[in-house]
Amino acid sequence: MHILIQGGRVIDPAHQFDAVTDVFVAVGRIAGLGQRPAGFKAERVIDASGHIVCPGLIDLCARLREPGLEHKATIASETRAAAAGGITTLVCPPDTDPVIDEPAVVELIRRRAKAAGHARVLTLGALTHRLRGERLAEMAALKEAGCVGVGDGGRPITNTRVLRRALEYAATFDLTVFLTPLDPELSHGLAHEGQVSTRLGLPGILAAAETGIIARDLELIRDIGVRVHFGRLSCARSVELVARAQAEGLPVSADAAIHHLHLTENDLLGFDSECHVRPPLRSQRDRDALRAGVSNGTLGALCSDHQPHESDAKCGPLGDTEPGISGLDTLLGLSLRLARDHGWPLMTLIERLSWGPARILGLPSGHLGVGAPADLCIFDPDASWRLAASHLRSRGQNSPFIGWELQGRVTHTLFDGELVYAYEA
Amino acid sequence: MTTTSIQLDRQGRLLHFLTTEGLSRRHLTEILDTAESLRGVAERRVKKLPTLHGKTVVNLFFEASTRTRTTFELAAKRLSADVLNLNIATSSAVKGESLLDTLRNIEAMQCDMFVVRHEQSGAAEFIARHVKPHIAVLNAGDGRHAHPTQAMLDVFTIRRHKPDFPSLRVAIVGDILHSRVARSLIHALSILGAGEIRVIAPCTLLPAQVESLGVQVFHLPEQGLRDVDVIVMLRLQRERMEGALLPSEQEFFQRYGLTEDRLALAKPDALVMHPGPINRGVEIDSRVADGARSVILEQVTNGIAVRMAIMSITLGNHARPDGEIA
Repeated sequence: MHILIQGGRVIDPAHQFDAVTDVFVAVGRIAGLGQRPAGFKAERVIDASGHIVCPGLIDLCARLREPGLEHKATIASETRAAAAGGITTLVCPPDTDPVIDEPAVVELIRRRAKAAGHARVLTLGALTHRLRGERLAEMAALKEAGCVGVGDGGRPITNTRVLRRALEYAATFDLTVFLTPLDPELSHGLAHEGQVSTRLGLPGILAAAETGIIARDLELIRDIGVRVHFGRLSCARSVELVARAQAEGLPVSADAAIHHLHLTENDLLGFDSECHVRPPLRSQRDRDALRAGVSNGTLGALCSDHQPHESDAKCGPLGDTEPGISGLDTLLGLSLRLARDHGWPLMTLIERLSWGPARILGLPSGHLGVGAPADLCIFDPDASWRLAASHLRSRGQNSPFIGWELQGRVTHTLFDGELVYAYEA
Repeated sequence: MTTTSIQLDRQGRLLHFLTTEGLSRRHLTEILDTAESLRGVAERRVKKLPTLHGKTVVNLFFEASTRTRTTFELAAKRLSADVLNLNIATSSAVKGESLLDTLRNIEAMQCDMFVVRHEQSGAAEFIARHVKPHIAVLNAGDGRHAHPTQAMLDVFTIRRHKPDFPSLRVAIVGDILHSRVARSLIHALSILGAGEIRVIAPCTLLPAQVESLGVQVFHLPEQGLRDVDVIVMLRLQRERMEGALLPSEQEFFQRYGLTEDRLALAKPDALVMHPGPINRGVEIDSRVADGARSVILEQVTNGIAVRMAIMSITLGNHARPDGEIA
């Protein structure tokens, strides 16, 4: 299939390219930019005038609920939502059921994703067997099976000896380790430990539950030389720790979830279970530091931290509900709103959503160089619209952003050179 | 929508009673004055008023409690309501029925008021948001969040002895961290203009940034009890030793227990209060609990009048034709 994307403003952060030009897509690849490649015959022309054409978004953390929790969502349902959100690559953490700690699970997910065909689903293998933090998982086999990294799957390893060995073993096979820093012993709570948790009488999770683990991990990494990525940071002090480690030259990267850049502990007032997330929404100061971290690049990626739920999981007193937000549908719209409100260059924002995460993962995609996989997102940057529940394509309707004004509307998504989504008004 | 706004109608009248936080002095004074007028009922030969005749009050207790449930039951019966006691802790919740399902089922029995106790903070508010509009919800304790009727009976008891709130110095002693009683009482006292509210506890039993509630923090009773007018002792749960919050009951009693020596630091006419049930020899010495300054049993008696007042006010507001939900 030859597709011509005509007259759009093409933004490609990897090449610092920003100009109005045509994009030529042929047999799943970017075949040319500006100049029609020899023998190119457009079978389809997409008029992108007035729109932005950029690499398809790469989401570092999306729970698709399959295998294991298919009553919440499936790979097919969520990759379809991703396509509508301009996301072409999703990274699935290993805490599925069964856990991604053997090649068969990797294969199962790949097969289901391929059958659905809406987006690329990459997997992180488990660092430890069953994610129990006791025995190492067969990381070499997982890598061979296609895992793009290994991780703790949201269950931090408390045993420092096991963690050290796991990091060393991952380094042996040149695997990036994806960690979610939150001390289990300090994180039984429901809200950021501060004024709001005190007023609402909600058990708190103090910032040190996150920063203490990061500090420990950074000390371990120092001598191992393993690439580590910290996912879903929530505290100002965490950003400082990561920035300092980066300045010292440690191979450390980090991301934040988009909801942590918009919401704070105050959004929990009224016990809103849609704002029940882990790590918890923190103070305004923390939120501002995360925004600055994304803006200056200390946090190299913005992700959805997508966690779709059935409505029952969110219906009850806060402490009886499950944490997480359904985020695929709103990742771009919330990000663009942030860029608009804070005057961030579109180049920077798109970088954090595509080339940034691609580099963290070591992928050949995330850019628009000739020969790159034709994963593209085309959006109207000027459209602003109010989010209604009916707009959510994810099976999970759990979003605190319903009623919010979002910026930008995805009009087309190309995955592997195929048009997987087109907006119909 | 905040908890404060959901409990009021458009005219600012109480439809539910979920928390004292954010209410006005007018709301609290109305409750206290009504309770004062109802206090005499118990001394009559026939201890009943027809106010809630034909109404059904359901005590929905998801957490075990005898004392609080009993006083709510008595309050409802003295107002001639029919009372249904449901201890969900031991019934359907265990079988996996969701809170909303439980609620819908009881609603279907044509009830008018839910008195709710639940281990989760925010549970009463959740129920208030989901019940049919004609039902009033009273919070009988939700997690660590609020226990507003207890706070009202506490300020009612204080007002009967010491009506001049601006000159009052009140100390709340013990496990502030886990206490819904402390949170509700602090708000109620602030709203009524109490001169000074102190909390006295070791660092492990104080919530983060507790000063933000408008209290003075003391870590030792020797400092905090000086010249106070009212001492409110909180119950210490045994499981606090396991959470590494305290080394032992003995050490807690030695450092924080209300003894006659410590009571002597307060004003000579200071009141000693406790929401009950008391742990003698853990947070309070028997001689103090049973002593001349103790108003602990008076609190229990007042609890009935205060709960009668809150029941008649909230159901009364529901009955008004213009009592639309805000």
